[in-house]
Amino acid sequence: MGVSKDKGQVDPYGMTNAIQVRGLTKRYGDVQAVKGIDLDIRQGEVFAILGPNGAGKSTTVEILEGYRKRDSGEVSVLGVDPARPTREWRSRIGIVLQTANDAAELSVRETVRHFADYYPNPRDPDEVIAAVGLTESANKRVRQLSGGQRRRVDVALGVLGRPELIFLDEPTTGFDPEARRQFWELIEGLAHDGSTIVLTTHYLDEAEALADRVAVIAGGTIVAEGEPGTLGGRATAKATVSWADGSVETDTPTKTVLELSRRFDGEVPGLTVARPTLEDIYLTLIEAPRD
Amino acid sequence: MTETATGSAPRTATTRALPSTLKLGLSRGAVETKMFFREKDAVIFTFAFPIIMLVLFGSIFAGSLEGTGVTVSQLYTAGLIGAGVMGAGFQNLGIGIAADRDDGTLKRLAGTPMPRSAYFIGKIVNVLVIAFLEVVILLAIGVLLYDLDLPSQVSSWVTFAWVFVLGVTAAALLGTAASSLPRSAKSAAAVISMPFVVLQFISGVFIPFTQMPEWLTNIASVFPLKWMCQGFRAVFLGDGGVTLELTKSYELDRVALVLAAWVVGGLVLCLTTFRWKGGRDG
Repeated sequence: MGVSKDKGQVDPYGMTNAIQVRGLTKRYGDVQAVKGIDLDIRQGEVFAILGPNGAGKSTTVEILEGYRKRDSGEVSVLGVDPARPTREWRSRIGIVLQTANDAAELSVRETVRHFADYYPNPRDPDEVIAAVGLTESANKRVRQLSGGQRRRVDVALGVLGRPELIFLDEPTTGFDPEARRQFWELIEGLAHDGSTIVLTTHYLDEAEALADRVAVIAGGTIVAEGEPGTLGGRATAKATVSWADGSVETDTPTKTVLELSRRFDGEVPGLTVARPTLEDIYLTLIEAPRD
Repeated sequence: MTETATGSAPRTATTRALPSTLKLGLSRGAVETKMFFREKDAVIFTFAFPIIMLVLFGSIFAGSLEGTGVTVSQLYTAGLIGAGVMGAGFQNLGIGIAADRDDGTLKRLAGTPMPRSAYFIGKIVNVLVIAFLEVVILLAIGVLLYDLDLPSQVSSWVTFAWVFVLGVTAAALLGTAASSLPRSAKSAAAVISMPFVVLQFISGVFIPFTQMPEWLTNIASVFPLKWMCQGFRAVFLGDGGVTLELTKSYELDRVALVLAAWVVGGLVLCLTTFRWKGGRDG
């Protein structure tokens, strides 16, 4: 394929897009799962796709990964139409699956070494095992690993071929908080190496910690897109000032706090000042299309 | 932006060639075989059934068949070699591939640059190893316990070789096609094993054709197991046992014809029905 050496599509502003989607649709029987999605994911960016189950999130990502055929629309992933995946294209993307429970009878090292055979220029298997923090478990059978360790194997297999683009499908589901933090550091490391990362997640704090930009999919369309800090007018929303026996929504929280401080003559009991969290914004966004 | 991304993402790979399909197929075969022998349940399930049956039936029916010089145990050895080869191909792949589809193996592989044919080469290697070991074990039991004489003529071994290769191939292709039937790995053992057990009983593995109603014989004649067993009887029972056949002949030309037809039909079935996705993947 002549386009295979392209790095991606160049948008009108001169940015290089790893992924470009225009008017994507997909129907299952009577259900229109994806109703015309446009998406630009820039090279080197960490992009999070949020949305409730059944919103069209997984369908969209699986079309981008070349697992699923679309009904209509234009899709380019690293300059290639994923409906016609080639081995060369597959060697440039890494997919970290959500539900895999395979290769349980091989050890971690055997699994990673075997998958390294598939790629033209793989990373060193032992280095990858070390990078995902599994060196001490390298000789354990995959079957014997904990859920969190298994996800680390999945990540190891996803990054083994030095992918330019990595898909992570709900990578930290079932992790304890500490394991999640460690995992975030791993993803930040990958992003730092220049890989483009597309992440789906149910955890809003995860999207906020990792993503440069976020898209919220609900009811088969993108209902909001932007940086996590400004999504859905978050930065300009009213702040809520609460104290022991009252609360008020205001555009000028500092002034309110000063007034309260005078009223209580110093410390205000139970004082908090809060902007809407990403979760608040998200819940408002996904409510709308359901009505 | 473009330059930094290109510079820091290690991208010298595109110039290097992708590994060859054959090399990856053999690599899959090694891994498949390693995984198979580590899964003790599957090993016992695949190997033990024909062996237990042979020892059991060989001990119960110890007599010889009148006018042939062939003992019942020897008859069972030949028949169970057929059943063993069929099990290694049909049952092992029917259940194994259904499990691969269920546990995410197929989905993961489909997302890598591994050529899809490498997966099937790996399964073929795996089946050949299992079938070969099974035949060796059953022959050893036949020779040691039941005075089975291994054929001395080269022509018998040539017959053995083509019956084995055609039989394994047909059984493996059928197993691959059948793996799409079970809805999950849990139901696979039942969905695949039940018809296989029935097929063994009507294909002359345990009960001689001369003692079976004609309509059952006709059904069995459609499937490859009957012909595979007939081929193996020709190899291991020789001229002494030929009078036990319904047609008083081993009909080796028909054995070749039916098995070859199943190879072609099985291949068509696989190419048209194989699913890389599991039921949960929609």
